[in-house]
Amino acid sequence: MPVIDQATFEELKQMSGADFINELIDAFLEEAPNMISQMQVALLANDVESFRRNAHSLKSNALTFGAPELGALAKELESMGRENNLAVGNRLEVLNEAFERVAEELKGMRV
Amino acid sequence: MTSRQEPGRLLVVDDNKVNRILLARGLEGHGHKVETAENGKQALEKLRGDSFDLVLLDIEMPEMNGYQVLEICLQDHELREIPIIMTSSLDELDSVVKCVELGAEDYLNKPINPILLRARVNASLEKKRLRDEQRKLFQTFATKEVADELLKTGFSLGGEYVNASVMFVDIRSFTSIVEKQAPAETIELLNDYFALMFEAVTGHHGTVNQLEGDGLMAIFGAPIHHEAHREHAVRAALEMIELLKGFNMERASQAKVRIKVGIGIATGRVIAGYTGTQQRATYTCVGDTVNLAARIEDHTKDLDLPLLIDQYTSEGLPDDIKVEALGPILFKGKQQPIHIFAVKPN
Repeated sequence: MPVIDQATFEELKQMSGADFINELIDAFLEEAPNMISQMQVALLANDVESFRRNAHSLKSNALTFGAPELGALAKELESMGRENNLAVGNRLEVLNEAFERVAEELKGMRV
Repeated sequence: MTSRQEPGRLLVVDDNKVNRILLARGLEGHGHKVETAENGKQALEKLRGDSFDLVLLDIEMPEMNGYQVLEICLQDHELREIPIIMTSSLDELDSVVKCVELGAEDYLNKPINPILLRARVNASLEKKRLRDEQRKLFQTFATKEVADELLKTGFSLGGEYVNASVMFVDIRSFTSIVEKQAPAETIELLNDYFALMFEAVTGHHGTVNQLEGDGLMAIFGAPIHHEAHREHAVRAALEMIELLKGFNMERASQAKVRIKVGIGIATGRVIAGYTGTQQRATYTCVGDTVNLAARIEDHTKDLDLPLLIDQYTSEGLPDDIKVEALGPILFKGKQQPIHIFAVKPN
């Protein structure tokens, strides 16, 4: 599975305009770590709603950039949140690692 | 519909920065002016502080979510006129359905498809532009109450049966009046005359829905149902006669010819709905009751009486309105004779 799906990313570039792709990447690199740390906080506070919403937001962005692995992991965590199940095991660490890979790749895709 | 759309003022509401930038830049690329809000509260502040043509609203947001913003907007007299497109991810279909049922204009799935974004935004802006035009039109033809009701219930073109009172008004011997005066004078006369007639109709919960030459058709009891629509129609007619007295006194003082009107009212089941084109639509009624009202109005000439009504209308009037039964009349094209009543002006 590619870290970033090229076709989706090209579509995104077309939509935002090539001039704005850097702005989008920077916004994601800035916001996504917040979402992951919010999920960690929510997990400790047993705040299912916040956990689910942040996972949802991260999933939404992952799909926008064409990051299938990150998207699938975030989606799984969102579903668990929706089902009031916060027994996530090591999934947050796995998610974080997936994000690091996506971040690395996206940094190289800035124009 | 043209592919080039007039630019609009859009508000993008999303707690997610990437989504905000993406939508804003995409829409700006189509020539629109875009503002953004990070949450529901901020969105409402912006909506109340400025004028917008369209809102793109995320459902999932902390503090105040998309539903809550949508509900507040739909209950707000001013804000409900702004179309709202919900933006949501594919797996939120249930939520989207709920929003559309509540009154959202449309929805878009995230990740946003640029072609759909453009098409749906343009369609919504076009619809809003038409509604704005229709609102202007309705506000000249109907009371604010009716205009608001029409806008709230939407401009569905489907017809329905409603029980209503239909009124026709005509100026007596208008043709001979026209022949005796300059064209500009005729137009001025009509404008003054219609201003008075409109006041009488809308002042009694009626809607003027047709003007033809010197003739006018009005409906009472639809599109907003009023139990007392028969009384409303007759009181509007009596007020017309009263207003014309003053109007004629003024005309007499200017040595101008006095005008007299004939008014016919019939009550019953009518087929009501919107007719017209996308550019111009009006609420109107058709059916036997409408024909009958026109025939009764015509009959006022034969009897030289200002106001005639049918039996069903007469049965809905309070005691202070005096009516006189004139007996049955067989109108052209009707199978049954119709009982006609004259209403005595105050």
